[in-house]
Formats: sequence, structure tokens, C-alpha cells
Amino acid sequence: MEKAIEVKGLQKSYKKLHVLKGVDFEVEKGNIFALLGSNGAGKTTIVKILTTLLRSDGGTTAVNGFDVASKPDNVRQSISLTGQFAAVDDILTGRENLIMIAKLRHVTNPHQVAADLLKRFGLTAAADRRVSTYSGGMRRRIDISMSLIGKPQLIFLDEPTTGLDPEARIEVWNTVKELAANGTTVFLTTQMLDEAEQLADQIAILHEGRIIANGTLAELKKLFPPVKVEYVEKQPTLEDIFLAIIGNKEEK
Amino acid sequence: METTKKHFFSDMGVMLGRSMHHVFRSMDTIITVTVTPIAMMLLFVYVLGGAIQTGTDNYVNYLLPGILLMAIASGISYTAYRLFMDMQSGIFERFNSMPIARSAALWGHVLTSLVSNTISVVVIILVAFIMGFRSSAGVLSWLAVAGILALFTLALTWIAVIAGLSAKSVDGVGAFSYPIIFLPFISSAFVPTDSMPLGVRAFAENQPVTSIVDSIRALLSGQPVGNDIWVALAWCVGIMVVAYFFAMRAYKRRV
Repeated sequence: MEKAIEVKGLQKSYKKLHVLKGVDFEVEKGNIFALLGSNGAGKTTIVKILTTLLRSDGGTTAVNGFDVASKPDNVRQSISLTGQFAAVDDILTGRENLIMIAKLRHVTNPHQVAADLLKRFGLTAAADRRVSTYSGGMRRRIDISMSLIGKPQLIFLDEPTTGLDPEARIEVWNTVKELAANGTTVFLTTQMLDEAEQLADQIAILHEGRIIANGTLAELKKLFPPVKVEYVEKQPTLEDIFLAIIGNKEEK
Repeated sequence: METTKKHFFSDMGVMLGRSMHHVFRSMDTIITVTVTPIAMMLLFVYVLGGAIQTGTDNYVNYLLPGILLMAIASGISYTAYRLFMDMQSGIFERFNSMPIARSAALWGHVLTSLVSNTISVVVIILVAFIMGFRSSAGVLSWLAVAGILALFTLALTWIAVIAGLSAKSVDGVGAFSYPIIFLPFISSAFVPTDSMPLGVRAFAENQPVTSIVDSIRALLSGQPVGNDIWVALAWCVGIMVVAYFFAMRAYKRRV
């Protein structure tokens, strides 16, 4: 299998704070990879290093076969980043945001690309409104759609569903699944375990500067003692109730 | 590397287009950089002007250069603000993780400053014409005025870039511009310096605004500019070079 990401012995410190103490992992092309960890574990630091925003202090990192430190331009050609804070221009409209990125990616028909993405993400009606008037879910959708322009092989999503309501979260999940179905590799960070469970082909847990577990959900489950069978009445969670009342979009 | 260089100017053009949208969609910006200087000009000409002795019979002619400098000084504070807001939001991270030259985003802001200040300067000059401003300057003198104003704008823009990159809060980001906006008051912009007490006069005659105002005024009225223009150019170029150096250093540290 070809590797989309190869990380060996990655080190990073902020002044005295040793955040990454030798991180190793690989991501296969076409997979959804979830990096789990609590707040401050260093997930965003890893994303920033892999997306050329931050220099590592040690170790090697390669993205789509290019060394991140020595070939940042090749890396930037083949990736897209949807950061933790929506990377959208509030003063521009949704359409203008997409056209701007399309022009910067030098695609042949920026207006057509923008129109297609607006349609795909159900934003056509809001296309000519300023992004500052969008809801949290709409902002995330325009943010992610901006990352799809130019068809990058690898997309980084740093906590893509933080701060979203359950409906918007499911929308994002569906988008991620769709991307992977079309062959895009997705690297996502999250602190929500059910998100990783829902989406990821491969899950790694970052804790105290190292990857302490890495594998498929089934492999991770094997780390625990065999399942003891108990009969528990399945109560609906509040999320089930909430979604049932407002018309569960996942069912669609 | 090759592709980012090849597209540098078109990328910068996209960045320019983006922040010009920001300028035209911000009522606050338009009011501060154009309406306020025009209001100042009306105030000085029609309210205070009658009592000010400048030795010329056309006070608009006397006043215009100083008003233009004030407009530019308030204009560049918005450059600092826009840059600061970009650093705060995730948009710079997106740009920096894309295959575009890292300096394209910064130059986009610098160009926006030049273009938007040019627009407000032109609007203010047109209003001044309506108020009775007249100039005997030829094409070359007008070009010289445009050149001095462009250099002045660039010099202040690089100061604004330092402020935008190093400010800790949105309140702090515009603060640097107030002393600059105030400098024309303690210069020959509104009244001749020989009417001022000795200490103030010494400051007024040796600070950059006076030499810039005097050169522009001389150029516009067809008088000989003398040494003033070289002093003015030295100030502008000197400030620009020093500010550019520190701005670039701050920028490299941030990205």
C-alpha cells in the first residue's frame, strides 16, 4: 500500500514545553485517519507540521512522498488544510470565498468550480450572502468546500466538528465519508471518540507526546479483555431523541 | 518553487482584490479615510480659516497638503487592522498551506494600502477643487506630488505592517496611528510655523510632515521647492527602509 503520510521520531518543543516526544505513524492512501487526544496533547501541532506551517525540531515527516522540511512546495501542491478556526473570509460572500481560492489554485474555470461546490454543499441559496451571516454548520461546510478546490489528494481536518450542533456534525461526517469514497485521504483530529468510531479506518491515540495506540477500531478493541455479555436495556440517548424530534438527517 | 514564482503577480492580484472588497464593504473605513478629512477641510476653511493668517488669500491651497497627509495617516491604520484580523482568523493558515508565495498575502495588503489611499486622496482633491482649490502646477509637478504621497504612504504602510503583526489586541492595533495623525497639527500644515512658540517651532520645523507639506505646497503653487523636497524624500525613504526591515523580520517570525 502507498503511504500518504509517514512520520518517524517527530519532536517539537515550545520553549520549555516538550509537546511531541518522538511521534511515529503512517497513513495509507485513501484512508480516513483519526488522531485522538485530549486538549493540549499536540494534535494541532502535528497538523501544523504536516501542513508546512510549523517546523519540527527532529524526526522525519513525509507527505505524499515529499519530505515536508525540504520540499514544502510539493507538499502544499498536494494537500488542503481546514484548520481548527474556520479559515473563511467573513466579509466576502460564500461564492467569493470559493472563487478566491479557485483563483489561487489556478483552476481553469473558477466561477464554475465555485458554483458546483455551492450546489454540492447545499449553499446555493446562501451563495451571495456574506459568510459572517452563516450559521456554524454553514461556515464549516464552506470551509471544507474551500479545501476541496483543486482536488488535493490529502485533506487535513483539524477538529472539524468542534462547536457544531448534532445535525451539522452529521453533515460534516457525511462529507468526510464521501471524500474517502472518492479516493481522497483524510487526516482528522478529534477529541470526540464517537467521531473516530463513526468515520475512521485507522485510529491513533496521542498521549503525553507519543502515539500510545494505533490501529483499526477492531484492532484497538482487541487490546481490551474479551467482551463480557450483559443484557442492558438500551435507553435512547439525548442525541437520539434530539435528532428524532428535529427529523434525523442521517436517515436521509 | 517554480509554480509559486510564476503565479506571484496573479496571486498578489487576488489578494489585492480581496482586501479592496474589505475596504469598500466597510462604511467605517470609508468615513474615516475620506469623509473625516473632508469634514476637517470644511471646518478649517469655513469656520477657523477666516482667523488664520497664512499670507495667502486662498486657505484651501494652503491647507490641502496637510489634509492629504492626515487622510493617509488614518488610512494606513486600517491596513494594520486588516492585517491583524487576518493573522487572528484561520485564513492566513489556509493561504500559507497553499502553493502560493508566502509574501503574496502581505504584498496584497501593502498594495491595497496604496490603491485605497490613492482613491481617498483623489476624492479629497476633487472636493478641494469644488471649495476653490486652484493649482498652477504642470504635469511634472503633479507627478512629483503623486510620487511624494506614494512614498509617504508606503513608509507609513510598513509601519502599519509592524503594528498589525505585533499587536496583541484589536484595540492596540490602531493606537500607533494616532501620533502620526496628530503630527500635521504640529507642523506647517495648518498655520505657518513662525507663529509658534520657540520650542514647538523647533519641533515643527524639523519633523518630517513640515518638509513634506512644504514641498507639496510649493509644487502645487508653482513655487521653487528648494531643499525641502530632498529633506522630504530623505524622511520618506529613510522611514520606509527602516520600517520595511522590521516589518519583514516580524513577518518571518509569524509565518
